[in-house]
Amino acid sequence: MSGGPSTTPASAGTVPPPDRRSERSGRRSVQFLTKLRVAAGRRLVGRLAALSLALLAAPAHAVLPDEELADPRLEARARHLSQELRCLVCQNQDIDSSDAPLARDLRLLVRERLAKGDSDSDARAYIVARYGNFVLLKPPVEGATLALWYGPAAFVLLGGVGAWAMLRRRRAIPEAAPLTPAELARVDTLLATDEHGRA
Amino acid sequence: MSRLVFVLPLIALAVLVAAFGRGLTHDPKILPSMLIDKPLPQFARPGIQPGAPGFATADFRGEPKLLNVWASWCVSCKVEHPVLMQLKADGVPIYGLAWKDRAEDAQATLTQSGNPFARTAMDFEGRTAIDLGVTGAPETFVVDKHGRVRYKQIGPITPDVWEETLKPLMAKLRSEA
Repeated sequence: MSGGPSTTPASAGTVPPPDRRSERSGRRSVQFLTKLRVAAGRRLVGRLAALSLALLAAPAHAVLPDEELADPRLEARARHLSQELRCLVCQNQDIDSSDAPLARDLRLLVRERLAKGDSDSDARAYIVARYGNFVLLKPPVEGATLALWYGPAAFVLLGGVGAWAMLRRRRAIPEAAPLTPAELARVDTLLATDEHGRA
Repeated sequence: MSRLVFVLPLIALAVLVAAFGRGLTHDPKILPSMLIDKPLPQFARPGIQPGAPGFATADFRGEPKLLNVWASWCVSCKVEHPVLMQLKADGVPIYGLAWKDRAEDAQATLTQSGNPFARTAMDFEGRTAIDLGVTGAPETFVVDKHGRVRYKQIGPITPDVWEETLKPLMAKLRSEA
């Protein structure tokens, strides 16, 4: 798409302008601005496309068709559960999205447990019994994780108390005593005269 | 009170720095085993060849043994292999569990580079490894004479690991009632 030449004024050829050079540079700058606008438009379209693709994208998962359970309700539970379980090979990934062989073994195990009639928490407990709480991406609230769960709130509270105490102390500075009538009179005379003492 | 307002955040900061410092120097790949001081989970795995004896939980009784989880595809296991051969020569009973390995590959490795194991069993599906809480190969469990797991070595047994950790532990386990 070329947008430049169409913006040339139709009158440009018939009535010679007083200064040819400025006319040429003016036309060039109009073309330049048009190109800029087109480029900006294309960029915007590109960005919108990228954004919509990003919004459409489903989270990556590594579940192969042969792993899936026939019952869609069980499969949905298995998917949900797998997303809470840490892959022990690539540790910041859940087993649902990991391609590691051990993650596949654990996915199959979760499905097997659910198919046998385990509840979600039974299946979770089965894996925790073997790998410990580390396998849970969301650590449970217990003695060792209290600082993790409530530490941030405790720090905000501590900072708030500190800030409150400091502010209160600053406000506690006594206010100055009101001026005496003699001082007020002196202020009046000072305000009524200029720097040379003239009224 | 006012002193406390200044000191408390400093103490809190020191605690945080200590906690983060500990976290940063700790290798997250080394997970504590859930099996320490617990009996080995129940399993019975077949041997490499049809008819060859594998091993089962009940075989870990009578004397302390090592249970080594390995695989023919595992590079660190090749690093560990000469150490295991030396242990075999020294009379240490090692049971080898071939994890997610095909029988012919496992057999080929043992034939080629030597078999350090008193017995070898297959865990192609990796289910026994999951029961053991295995996260990678090699891992070695030290099992006492009552069939309880006493220690888990994650990663290859180097000469240092053997001399400093496993050898004293095995000696202690042998002397236990």
